[in-house]
Amino acid sequence: MQIRHVLLATAAIAGLAGTAQAENVLKWGANRDIGSLDPYSYGDSFTINVLNHVYEGLVRYNEDLKIEPALAESWEIMDDQVTWRFKLREGVTFHNGNPFTAEDVVASLTRVSDDTSPLKGNLPAYVSSEVVDDHTVDITLNGTYPLLLNDLTNIHIFDEEWMTENDSLLPTDIGGGVEGFATYNANGTGPFIVESRQPDAKTVFVVNPDWWDEPQHNLDRIELTPVNSAATRVAALLSGEINFTNDAPVQDLPRLAAAPNVEVLEGVDLRTVMVGFPFREKLTTGEDNPFTDNRVREALYKAIDLDLIHEKVMRGKSRIAGATVAPPIPGYVPELDELPGFDPDAAKALLEEAGVPEGLEFEFSCISDGLVNEEQFCQAIASMWSRVGLAPKLDVAPRAVQSPKRTNGKTDVYILGWATLPMLDAYSPLLQIFHTKEGNSGVFNWGGWSFPELDALVQQAGMELDLDKRLSLETEALKIVKDQNIMIPLHQQPMAWAVTDDVTEMPLFPDNKPRLWFAQVAE
Amino acid sequence: MIAFLIKRIANAAFVMLAVALLAFIIFRFFGDPVEMMVNEQATQADRAELRERLGLNDGLITQYTRFVTNAVQGEFGISYRNQQDVMVLIKDRFPATFDLVLVATVISLVVGIPLGVITAIYRESPIANALQLGSIVGVSLPSFVVGILLILAFSVSLGWLPAFGRGETVDIGWWSTGLLTPSGRRALVLPSISLATFQITLVMRLVRAEMLETLRADYIKFARARGVPTSRVQWRHALRNCLMPVITLTGMQIGNLIAFALVTETVFQWPGMGMLFIQAVTFVDIPVMAAYLMIVAFIFVALNTVVDVTYAWVDPRLRDDTARAGGANG
Amino acid sequence: MQNTATATATDATLLPVKPSRYARLRDSDLWFSFRSHPSAIFAAVLLAFVALTAFLAPFIAPQNPYDLSALVLWNSEIPPIWNTDGQMPFVLGTDTQGRDILSAILYGSRISLIIGFASVLLALSVGLTLGLIAGYFGGWIDNVIMRVGDVLLSMPFILIAILITAIASASLPTSLKDVLAAPILIFAIAVPSWVQYARTVRASAMVEAKKEYVQAAKLIRVKSWRIMLNHILPNCMTPIMVAATLNFGLAILSEATLSFLGVGMPPDQPSLGTLIRIGNQYLFSGLWWIIVFPSIQLCLIVLSVNMIGDWLRDALNPKLR
Repeated sequence: MQIRHVLLATAAIAGLAGTAQAENVLKWGANRDIGSLDPYSYGDSFTINVLNHVYEGLVRYNEDLKIEPALAESWEIMDDQVTWRFKLREGVTFHNGNPFTAEDVVASLTRVSDDTSPLKGNLPAYVSSEVVDDHTVDITLNGTYPLLLNDLTNIHIFDEEWMTENDSLLPTDIGGGVEGFATYNANGTGPFIVESRQPDAKTVFVVNPDWWDEPQHNLDRIELTPVNSAATRVAALLSGEINFTNDAPVQDLPRLAAAPNVEVLEGVDLRTVMVGFPFREKLTTGEDNPFTDNRVREALYKAIDLDLIHEKVMRGKSRIAGATVAPPIPGYVPELDELPGFDPDAAKALLEEAGVPEGLEFEFSCISDGLVNEEQFCQAIASMWSRVGLAPKLDVAPRAVQSPKRTNGKTDVYILGWATLPMLDAYSPLLQIFHTKEGNSGVFNWGGWSFPELDALVQQAGMELDLDKRLSLETEALKIVKDQNIMIPLHQQPMAWAVTDDVTEMPLFPDNKPRLWFAQVAE
Repeated sequence: MIAFLIKRIANAAFVMLAVALLAFIIFRFFGDPVEMMVNEQATQADRAELRERLGLNDGLITQYTRFVTNAVQGEFGISYRNQQDVMVLIKDRFPATFDLVLVATVISLVVGIPLGVITAIYRESPIANALQLGSIVGVSLPSFVVGILLILAFSVSLGWLPAFGRGETVDIGWWSTGLLTPSGRRALVLPSISLATFQITLVMRLVRAEMLETLRADYIKFARARGVPTSRVQWRHALRNCLMPVITLTGMQIGNLIAFALVTETVFQWPGMGMLFIQAVTFVDIPVMAAYLMIVAFIFVALNTVVDVTYAWVDPRLRDDTARAGGANG
Repeated sequence: MQNTATATATDATLLPVKPSRYARLRDSDLWFSFRSHPSAIFAAVLLAFVALTAFLAPFIAPQNPYDLSALVLWNSEIPPIWNTDGQMPFVLGTDTQGRDILSAILYGSRISLIIGFASVLLALSVGLTLGLIAGYFGGWIDNVIMRVGDVLLSMPFILIAILITAIASASLPTSLKDVLAAPILIFAIAVPSWVQYARTVRASAMVEAKKEYVQAAKLIRVKSWRIMLNHILPNCMTPIMVAATLNFGLAILSEATLSFLGVGMPPDQPSLGTLIRIGNQYLFSGLWWIIVFPSIQLCLIVLSVNMIGDWLRDALNPKLR
């Protein structure tokens, strides 16, 4: 159906690409573009998820989200308890034909854990790695650490030779005034090869015929097009211009489901949406910060009508949450999921008791291209807070604008969604969000809080190899989060994908990550 | 004539230098480039070093000179957001905008000229009055509303035409065009109509005014008196006479169309320069904004200068600056 | 947006007349022409109605759409009243936040009209002042003013406006953004449009400044600003008024466009353009009323202004009499 004509002005070039008939094309309309072709240059799970089609890790999640071998065939923990030995798969080649060896693993791990890497927090326990032989690698950690395999699922392996040739051994250094080669070229081992990329317009992947694994998909080609406007995405799907979207707007699901040629795939995401508070001395307005007082945080919690948001904004598709992690995540226990109950009068009383002045102004930061219907539930929450006598100033802007403000502490109350990816364990938010900000810990602790008791539990859990003991430590830490209302959970957001009827197989995963190597389209 | 030419070109160069100054000020003072580039872990020393490397500690005049020198060579730096060379980004996107503007221009001429002639010939008739009213409606409809209506009607309800994107394109070297494939042409229809709506009314009104003027001229009356058929007089002689101003207008409007395409591109998710700019605006991607400003201004100034010079060449009386009050943008 | 006002009469000099203001109006050609143009009457009545309801919005609107605490999410997405699910008092339905669409339209029109009017006023005052100064004094002042004008005209109108609003919103703290959103828009729309007025006035000031009565006035030391105000300005008011009317429509369109693009009025104080932007997200959700009614209102406002402007241009153009 899709015939790509390529007229080359210079006839000598033999690149008359793809004139094959009847290709199986997946036309993927996403709500935004990937940030770069370099998964290490941008700490963003969507970018990493998409690039996982091109690059692979040593291990990966299977269809049941259990860890299975990928580029590594087997592994063992050495006697010192801090060194892990990985046996690598043989006969794997990169897209450029180079063989995959231990050198590549060491170079990749060095690159991702470099000081300038935005992803170094994803490999928190890593110290060093060493080539044992061509297909054996030793990875040394800073102590006993239970979650290395989970971390490694999303550490993509690059070709050392390719990086050296193209001066890309370090993560992209934009300060150097030259763009990094890897930001717009890719060379992985994965099931798909990047054919072309136009940022914000189109990225094309073609099937890798030499993939080491048995393909379960029948795709020849994936065309990723960012379609920012939700309405346009729906129109494009209805008219068949795209045949897959990983973000079907929840308000349009009835319309899509009613269309004869569209199928909607729904589920609840693992991502928990939370409200975070500032713990600094002053608000951005220069006023004293009342949010350090737990009564105020509790008051804001009680002022939110979670049922109403669930029903109206999330169209009944979300799961109201009391815990800061979703039920399937290890570390969750049902007791954490208790709700405070919507009670504006109690909220008012608490605010009065804490001496919060009537009409207190504070900034409420939301992201316009972020979570499901984020702009709408933010407006609804702002309205609910203003009804208990506060004056939140809604600040909605794209992620790229809000992120620097948040990391630099230039915001007051904010919304954050956390799916515990790629770790799929409660240790992930405990370490990255709730722990005091120091070193690799608390990278997303934007409010600047510090609870030493919680930190101790998290550190203990990070060393504990016994699963049950570790999880009970994590649960205990999550209890502190809940009692102190460090962040208040709202819901696990709905996820909705939609495909047209020429897509016959598209498995939906609770981590909301499209794995198109399982997709099938009609021949 | 040579003196006039030099004067016009000097004037254009001055304007471009001033636009460059504006772009430079935006680039330099809004959104500290260092803060935009470093990640949060960067130390004070890193920042100072980057500041030095980017030359932000030099005198402002030196920095401006460097900015202009780089701009002339097409170097606008690296996009904060995509980490790509800005010029490469724009080069990738320009053909899409060009397709759109080209087709919209053609539509505006093909539709606007006959409508203008009809309203002039059948002045005061119901058709002409209806068309005149229609033209007011045309300038009053916001182009984004037109675009949304077109999508609702032709892609959602009828399912005839695509609602977004360019369809299949053909690459010719670094250039790409959707005009050579069926799906590319289908994708062009709705956005170019929505972009052309305003331009159609503009052409139509101009043709009408010029025609009315011309039809009163002596030689037309003379031709009629000689027995040349009325329709032939109207469509051949009179129309030919008012094509020059139409061509001028079209030339001068291309700059505006390119700028206005950003609204159309947003509605139709058209991957052109305008959408690049709007995205740059929401992401505060200053290098892209500065480069877009310079490039659009350059196209605008270049077209105006060419039109002026051509006019002056045709009509020597116009080699006087005061005759051009009013301007192209108005 | 581009405008078409440049082709108007440049120096239609109206002779001074003495009778009372009312009589002058009643007997004038303008009034006669107005009465004989049904479309002009229709447009004027429509505009007057829209303006009146917009400015009385705080008194007649069922809800204050800017008061966050007045919005109740339970009332969200109610269809218009003639629909079976419609509810009083939400005559035109509500949006996804429970905002009454009718109230939002009334308040939104008020914002659109105020921004349109204020930006034309600002552009007029700056344009007239600078134009008079440039034309009357000439020399380097003239040169500087007109060169700045050239530069502004060398960039498309909409581009300048977007850049100004984008930069302002990127550099302002959140607490000021709400308060300053409308003033920034007024400024952003006025900046590229004063040049046109300045050029027109300058041309006529240059002519007048050479005339004997001005020279004589200068000799008897009448102050320069008096000469400009009493003699030069009245002479070029006709084309200026036509241009200003058409630019008013243009300014409203520009504001709507900027808000639609997301660089104009914020969603918690929506103008018509913001409402359309919000409604555009729900185009396929069956919530057509969120986008349709504000679009109609916007088109009606701009249409009536343009019809008046069009009539005014024809009526004041001596060539077409």
